[in-house]
Amino acid sequence: MSVPQAPEAGSRRGGLARHRNAIAGYAFLAPFLVFYGVFLLYPFALGLWMSLHDWEIVGDFREYIGLLNYVELWDDPYFWEALKRTLQFAAMTAPAATLLGLALALGLQKPLRRYAALRAVFFASNIFSVTVVTLVWSMVLNPDRGLIANGLRAVGLEPIAFLADQDWAMPALMVSTLWWTAGFPMALFLAGLQGIPPEVYEAARLDNASRWAVLRHITLPALARTTLLVVVLQTVMHLQVFGQPLLMTRGGPANSTRPLVQLIYETSFRDWRSGYASAISVVLFVLMFSVALLQLRLSRQEGES
Amino acid sequence: MTRTLGDRLILVLLVLAAFVWMMPMLWVLTLSLKPNEELVRSTHGIIPWPHTLEHFSTLLRVSLTPRWLLNSVVVALGMTAATLLLSSLAGYAFARIDFPGRRAVFLLVMAGLMVPEQAILVPLHAMFASWELHNTYFSLIAPRLAAPMGVFLMTQFFKAIPRELEEAAELDNAGRFKVFWAVMLPLSRPALTTLGIFTFLFAWNDFLWPVVTATQPEMYTLSVGLGSLQGNFAMSEGLGFLMASAVFASAPMLVLYVVFQRYIVQGIAMTGGK
Repeated sequence: MSVPQAPEAGSRRGGLARHRNAIAGYAFLAPFLVFYGVFLLYPFALGLWMSLHDWEIVGDFREYIGLLNYVELWDDPYFWEALKRTLQFAAMTAPAATLLGLALALGLQKPLRRYAALRAVFFASNIFSVTVVTLVWSMVLNPDRGLIANGLRAVGLEPIAFLADQDWAMPALMVSTLWWTAGFPMALFLAGLQGIPPEVYEAARLDNASRWAVLRHITLPALARTTLLVVVLQTVMHLQVFGQPLLMTRGGPANSTRPLVQLIYETSFRDWRSGYASAISVVLFVLMFSVALLQLRLSRQEGES
Repeated sequence: MTRTLGDRLILVLLVLAAFVWMMPMLWVLTLSLKPNEELVRSTHGIIPWPHTLEHFSTLLRVSLTPRWLLNSVVVALGMTAATLLLSSLAGYAFARIDFPGRRAVFLLVMAGLMVPEQAILVPLHAMFASWELHNTYFSLIAPRLAAPMGVFLMTQFFKAIPRELEEAAELDNAGRFKVFWAVMLPLSRPALTTLGIFTFLFAWNDFLWPVVTATQPEMYTLSVGLGSLQGNFAMSEGLGFLMASAVFASAPMLVLYVVFQRYIVQGIAMTGGK
């Protein structure tokens, strides 16, 4: 970026040109930087500051308490439960979405018209809002009149109250989430597959390589970079899970599905303990930041090898 | 190309999977078109017959849904227009103007990509509370304009445009802004379209911040309003109504998706290609 530029016309008056560039540059940037400063940098710093306070928005109460919020977090079973559920959700859903996306992309990669329609079907659920998805799936999973219950009854089985059952609630949320989001990794893998030069496949075909061998020795290695990207994007995304449990299970039954974001939301906007909620936000930020750093390191390593 | 048995088997499996994939939406569409008397008896079937539009007319007459639709349109269009303008201005500065501190400012802006919305949710709420600006279009739109993704995309795109195209305009002594407006912007229509669609989709489906800032039902977006219905309606009485509202909220997105599918897929490929 800092490669010396060819002198522009009129650079004899270099100082003046520099001056004019500075004014122009910051003039073009100013509108964005205003929003960036006010609505991103400032709240980020304010959040760190708030986490050191006993801070209630209602009544405008605030008192500096140092690290006491973090100390309290350490002993808070709700926090640990929520952290556990968040990690569980992300650790199951991200790999599942990656595998499902990969399988769909491999099946649908050939440029046939018929496949275009199928691709559109799998991707389409991605464009719904979380409230539409949860509404649809709450109904599908409903034990009295849901789609699945209807099906189970038709074959003579007892319907299951998925969302009210401690063992079923989490898997049910994961399945709904997969239905909602798997189209995105599919699209990323499809883009990755298009980047593989066809000559490589030609050579394999001349060698009479089996379908499995081609997949294992050519396609999958070529998708390594895409896979890393998908896994990281999915992990970061599912660590932020919020709407599905809030709307489908309200974090229940027995707190078995409450993730960190919902805990932040309830702590701040139901219990009005904004300082404490900020401390939880800081933990979530560190968690997501570490995943992103991990990606950076892995992709560097890959670049070197 | 020869089709082996394996190819056919995979195709059959995929078609079956696609059918299963579509089932929930088809079923919901069916429920939204069934009269209440029918729904009380059974919720079977995924063929929308017998059909009625009563739930949709109830939706438009007695609920706040039309107001929520208006809010969603205002917020999504406002956010999209502002994002396109701010991102392309900033992207042009980073890509083309050699001003002092450029590298440092660029890094500072890109660092913002690492800050998730959850990390600033609580302080943002406190800020808007102290300004008494919750429940306004401004509060629904403004915080999203700080996201650096658009700036990143536009910077990359402008950098890839050959310089010769601007030089002709510069020889005519056109000012910087004129070069930006009359030469660069028209050239970047593909990038602007992609960024615009993604911003619009995001704004339309956004949930976490709107549910925090919009607490008065008149200021709900469609997405938040739909969430509030889920809590308030007993599944038995309002089933058809509830399903109609789900169909109503997703219809604009489906249309948008069908029209702009090409750009959406391209946009995703861009994310992967960096």
